Amino acid sequence: MTRSAIELHVDADDRRIARLTALAIGLTLAEAALPSPIPGVKPGLANIVVLLVLLQHGWRTAAWVSGLRVLAGGLLLGTLFAPGFWLSAAGALASLLVLALARHLPGRYFGPVSLSVLAAFGHIGGQLALAGAWLLPGVALITLLPVFAAAALLFGAINGVVVARLLDRPGADATLTQQS
Amino acid sequence: MTIVRSGDVAVLIGSAGLVIALAVHAWGGGQGDTAVIRAAGQVVETVSLASRQAYTVNGPLGPTRIEIEPGRARVAEDPSPRQLCVRQGWLTRSGEAALCLPNQVSLEIRGRDPAYDTLGY
Repeated sequence: MTRSAIELHVDADDRRIARLTALAIGLTLAEAALPSPIPGVKPGLANIVVLLVLLQHGWRTAAWVSGLRVLAGGLLLGTLFAPGFWLSAAGALASLLVLALARHLPGRYFGPVSLSVLAAFGHIGGQLALAGAWLLPGVALITLLPVFAAAALLFGAINGVVVARLLDRPGADATLTQQS
Repeated sequence: MTIVRSGDVAVLIGSAGLVIALAVHAWGGGQGDTAVIRAAGQVVETVSLASRQAYTVNGPLGPTRIEIEPGRARVAEDPSPRQLCVRQGWLTRSGEAALCLPNQVSLEIRGRDPAYDTLGY
């Protein structure tokens, strides 16, 4: 057998990113099947994974998981490079940037709920900024802004509580990391 | 560690405030500053909602009396049988309108930024 010319070194970090990304993709797909009363308003369940990864493995891993999740989600849902994909990417990027700043907040006072809500606002901020600048210029997106903001607050808070509860369980460190 | 910490509560309250502020800003509607009176589809008068005035417009059924006050306007009297436009009361916001259809008279409030380009009834 000819040896492959390219050899990919897969280390533990890569495997962890792949495993966590798979989890996030699963949630993205499950969420896509849920009917939504308003287009664009989604619970953002994959953000639970991103936030858990951020808190357990740091920002770099979370950024990988988030980015790969958007890419693979686009592939699987058939929206790759379609407007919805770019909106998703803009939202993910903005929320990662917000998290990069917000994770330096003192953890004694600001827990996962804060991070989740701020990230959710970052998400809609990024999406609406792109939508306003590129997809729907001139359309009064501001009229929709309160709806999206309310959804971000609600789902951000719920996701944050989920993350906090997952981390709060005894042996929480083992659940996502050593489960291979 | 507790699930919801003190800072989280602050973030939640702040976010809720932001949502409310956005809603008020986006949906509050502009305060109207002009009243447009039409008869049979033609504009007969465009009045600034600045001072107290009264106008009488004649339609097919008779006179319709419109009152203007600072910041608001209403159809005070109309010969229409069901009095719908009169019962609407005072109009204050940009985009609001009272239509006295049988008498073909309408009163519309406009603001600096019109809420709609046109309205079809």
